[in-house]
Amino acid sequence: MSLLNWFSQVWSVTKFGLLGIPQRRGSVAAALFGVAGVVAVLVGVLSIAVGFRRVMTSAAPPDSVIVLRSGADSEMVSGLDRETTRIISEAPGLYRSPQGAWASPELFVIIDLPKRSSGTDANVPMRGVEPIATNVHAIRIVEGRMFGWGKTELIAGAGAAKNFRGLNVGDRIKVGPEEWPIVGIFSADGGTAESEIWSDAAMLQAAYHRGDSFQSVYATLQTPDAFNMFESSLTNDPRLNIKAMRLADFHADQSTATTKLITSLGFLVASLMAIGAVFAALNTMYGSVSARTREIATLRALGFGRGAVVVSVMIEALALALAGGVLGAALAYFVFNGFETSTINWQSFAQLTFAFAVTPALLIQGITWATLIGLVGGLFPAFRAARLPIAVALREL
Amino acid sequence: MRFFHLIWGNLKRKKLRTGLTLLSIIVAFVLFGFLAAIKQALAGGITLEGQNRLVVRNKVSLILPLPLSYQDRMLRIPGVAAVTHMTWFGGIYQDPKNFFMQAPVQPESFLDMYPEIVLPPDQKQAWLQTRTGAIVGRKTAERFHWKVGDKVPIQSTIYAKSDGSRVWEFDIVGIFDGKKKDTDTTPLYFRYDYFDEARGFSKGNVGWYTIRVRDAAQAAHVAELVDQEFANSPAETKTEPEGAFIQGFANQTGNIALITALILGAVFFTILLVTGNTMSQAVRERIGELGVLKAIGFTNRQVLGLVLGESCLLGLWGGILGLALAWLIISRGDPTGGMLPMFYFPTRDLLVGVALSVLLGVVTGVLPALQAMRLRVAEALRRM
Repeated sequence: MSLLNWFSQVWSVTKFGLLGIPQRRGSVAAALFGVAGVVAVLVGVLSIAVGFRRVMTSAAPPDSVIVLRSGADSEMVSGLDRETTRIISEAPGLYRSPQGAWASPELFVIIDLPKRSSGTDANVPMRGVEPIATNVHAIRIVEGRMFGWGKTELIAGAGAAKNFRGLNVGDRIKVGPEEWPIVGIFSADGGTAESEIWSDAAMLQAAYHRGDSFQSVYATLQTPDAFNMFESSLTNDPRLNIKAMRLADFHADQSTATTKLITSLGFLVASLMAIGAVFAALNTMYGSVSARTREIATLRALGFGRGAVVVSVMIEALALALAGGVLGAALAYFVFNGFETSTINWQSFAQLTFAFAVTPALLIQGITWATLIGLVGGLFPAFRAARLPIAVALREL
Repeated sequence: MRFFHLIWGNLKRKKLRTGLTLLSIIVAFVLFGFLAAIKQALAGGITLEGQNRLVVRNKVSLILPLPLSYQDRMLRIPGVAAVTHMTWFGGIYQDPKNFFMQAPVQPESFLDMYPEIVLPPDQKQAWLQTRTGAIVGRKTAERFHWKVGDKVPIQSTIYAKSDGSRVWEFDIVGIFDGKKKDTDTTPLYFRYDYFDEARGFSKGNVGWYTIRVRDAAQAAHVAELVDQEFANSPAETKTEPEGAFIQGFANQTGNIALITALILGAVFFTILLVTGNTMSQAVRERIGELGVLKAIGFTNRQVLGLVLGESCLLGLWGGILGLALAWLIISRGDPTGGMLPMFYFPTRDLLVGVALSVLLGVVTGVLPALQAMRLRVAEALRRM
């Protein structure tokens, strides 16, 4: 049998199947939407994890480092006194400019503010900084102005302003016994700082009874390679009990628990749904085969090969699953991509605002799942079709 | 159920199709049970027992402490029956992944406040007598194979002792159980007096207070009185019912209920299509037979009942099997290894699941059943 002949056989049988679809609307729709549902849920849930991770890992250039108290796994539980931050700013390897070494001691606390979506209180992170912070962090005022040094004024990150009440320019929020005005909104190129509220460290220390202490030092190195020199000089200093990390590593650490939770739950739910969709696809394809018993048997009697029948049933199943997959992926993209929300990052105990991110990789993953469902759902019915005893099938007319 | 035999026979006619439909229904209900448990775990068990309990925290943020001296002042407020307090310890046992809560408490007022924590009397006595004693919930004790008498080192991420060491050693003197299944039995509680004396800073402070009010109906009023008492002080308070406090914590995660509902909606819509399709196929194939049944005297209503009965039986059967399977999986415990301590199948959702399975049967069966009922005998017989 020539290859061309074989292809034309496959095409004839496939055509029968595809042309029969309108008659089997119900079961075809069930399989199609089943696959679409799986892909939409899978891509949707994973896009949460991807979006969360994207915020956590962006805005961390290779020359950025963070210093915390040794043993602290987040800024919240860390603590550094003024003397420690001074010693850190004298370490070798730091970038220096006329304003001084680029080592920014920072205070990190949380404040209760109501979420816009639910109206319930949430832990909004608040950062007290000194003037050098504006060099170390890439922030940009997009509305209003910078807070005044030595004043009880605040600026809010763009993400925080969108997700929590009372953070528009001109609003006042209660910090300790006083009300502080919001004087500006800033952006940080999509980084974590956009979830935060910033003020003068000295003012915040007073409001939170922190004395002259900080929780972390954010610093910029001369070059990314200077990290080892910087780190070993600090860890070998007997006066210090600290640990230094590259900012990118720190952010990755801080996001693992949440992304793992979302990803594992997402896969679990999608796997269960996929099993359900396989059953729907099997049902449809068995239906498709049994509705065409007569046609298939006739073709086989005319000399069509078993292979052509198997392949054509598989093609039909795959076409259905792919259509479902594309539908689901498109649905996920339009519904979830860019959806802005905020959630608590349990590792930092503070809210992080982020947008769901439906990436091309996720879409490909979704469509791969659809293909697998189609393969499994088509395989058994295809073999049943090929094994139909011709004589019996023809008698069934 | 005179016709049960007939319904059963119809279901068995196409075993493969019935089986596949049944399996997809089972999967849907496994998913339903699983999501119910996840939602419950994330939202935390809000016990009814806590209706007369209020939580008092620092108004600015939970991370700011409240002075220990507030305890006596609260006890003097009318309507307050009892007061106890807790502090977040943030400890790590061996590996940061082994997460569970630890908190220093006052043993007597603590056990009095939380009757759902069940501790044998001799273990309670031992706790009162051992300064470094700690009690731990059954789940955590089993997880790490701790027994009464063990010494357990826990490293605090927050509190150093006066000597600078961050490793705290506790003697396990008791293992507590929960009175109900929604009692969290993962925390470890140790004595505040030992903790406050040994820690290097923040002495004389506590994390938050829990108040029991004399009359649950007066809870809102008492909450107001408490907040007034400490208004304009350096540490102002925010008092709310325990349920609202836990709910607020859960809300920080985002809208779990909405996401769960969306996923379940997608799943049930799909299953609806699959089952509905099966039923309408079944009716279409049987038009002739249904005509015969009518011809020999079956009433319209009986025919309707036959088809509806078939779809409801399929739905209920799949639903019960799926829920049972979900229950089996869920009772094996938290799939994330410690992040969801309250992972169980709530009874309420179990009942909702059974109701849903019947509903599924009715919705998918109703159109084919009506179609079957309206069949004209002569036409149906002609199609044989």
